[in-house]
Amino acid sequence: MQPWTDERMERLIGGVLRTGVLLATALVALGAVRFLALHFAERPQYAVFRGEPLALRTVSGIVRSAVDLDASGLIQVGLLALVATPVARVAFSMVAFAAERDFTYVAITFFVMGVLCYSLFGASL
Amino acid sequence: MFLVVWAGSATAGFLGAITGLGGGVVVVPLLALALHVDLRYAIGASLLSVIATSSGAAAAYVREGISNIRIGMFLEIATTVGALAGAAVAAHVATGFVATTFGLVLLGAAAVSLRRAEDGAPQGTPPAGLARTLRLHGRFVQDGVPVDYSAQRAAPGFALMFVAGMLSGLLGIGSGALKVIAMDNVMRLPFKVSTTTSNFMIGVTAAASAGVYLSRGYIAPGLAAPVVLGILPGALLGARVLPRVHSRVLRLVFTGVIVALAVEMFFKGVTGSL
Repeated sequence: MQPWTDERMERLIGGVLRTGVLLATALVALGAVRFLALHFAERPQYAVFRGEPLALRTVSGIVRSAVDLDASGLIQVGLLALVATPVARVAFSMVAFAAERDFTYVAITFFVMGVLCYSLFGASL
Repeated sequence: MFLVVWAGSATAGFLGAITGLGGGVVVVPLLALALHVDLRYAIGASLLSVIATSSGAAAAYVREGISNIRIGMFLEIATTVGALAGAAVAAHVATGFVATTFGLVLLGAAAVSLRRAEDGAPQGTPPAGLARTLRLHGRFVQDGVPVDYSAQRAAPGFALMFVAGMLSGLLGIGSGALKVIAMDNVMRLPFKVSTTTSNFMIGVTAAASAGVYLSRGYIAPGLAAPVVLGILPGALLGARVLPRVHSRVLRLVFTGVIVALAVEMFFKGVTGSL
C-alpha cells in the first residue's frame, strides 16, 4: 500500500467530488426529462411564491417520491446528492488527514464537520 | 424558459468557477430581474448553483493542486461559524443597510484588486507564526513554472473570513467575494490559489444553509433542474480554461464581476428586496 501523501488526498477528494457531482447530475437529468415531458407545454409559475409541497421539503418525503419515480422527487433527490457532496468531502478529508497522521487538521476538520452538521440538522430538529 | 435558465446558468457556472465567486452573482438577477421569479425561489436556486459550481470545478482544481486543501479547511472554521452567527442575528439587523455597506466595500475592494500588480507575496517569503504551525503553504504550476507560495498574516485573514461567513449568513449570497479578497490582499496568496480555494470553500458554506432553504420550500425542482444542469458544464469548462488564463486577465474578469455584484447589493439594499 502506498503511503498517504497530500497528492493522494487530493486524488481522493477529487474523486469524491466527481462522484457526487456525477450522481447528482444523473438524477437531476433523469427527473428533468420526465418533468419536461409532463410540463413542457405549461408556462411555469414562479413569479408568486407558494413554497414547495411538504412532500418535497423533507428528506424522507423526497426519497419516497423519488422511489415512486415522480419527476420532482427525482430532481430533489439529485439535489440532495449535490448538497451531500461537500459534506462528504469534509468527511473524507478528515479520514485522509487521520491517515496522514496530521492530527491538527483532523481536529480542524472535525470542528468544521460539527458546525456543518449543526446547521444542517440542528436548526430543523 | 427552461432553455434560457439553462444557458444563463452555464454562463454563471463558467464565471463562478474561474473567479471563485460561485454562480449566484449571475443566477439571482437572471431569475429575479429578467424572468420575474420570486426572490425566494431565486435564492434557493442560487444556493444550489453555488454548491454545483464549487463541487464541479473543485474536483478539477484539487487534482491539479491549484486549490489548497489545508488553507481551505482552516478558513472554513471561520466561515462556517460566521455563517451561523450571521443567520442567528439576521432577524435583528437591518439587512438593507448591511447590503448597501457591503456593496460599497466591494467597490473599494475592486479598485484595490485592480491596482495590485504583483501576484501574491514574493516567492521565497518564509511562512511565519500561525501560517507555519498550520502548514499554510503549497506549490502550483503557473505558465509551466512551479510556484511556491505561503500564506502571510493568517490571523487577520481568518478574522476577515469570519466576516465573510457572517455576511453570507446575513445576506444569503456573496461570501465568495470577500473570501477571494481576504486571501488575495491580506494573506497574499497567488490570485489563482485565492480564487480556486475560495471556490473549494463556498460549497461547504452553501451546503450548511441548504437544509433551512429546503425545509422552507424555497427549492423548486422545475427551476433548480435547469440551473444545476447548466451550471455543471459551465463550471467544468471554467476549470479546464483556468490553468491557461493569465492571472492578470483573471483579475480583470474578477473585478468586472465584483462591480456587478456591488451594484446588485446596492440595488437590494436600497429597494429592500432581500
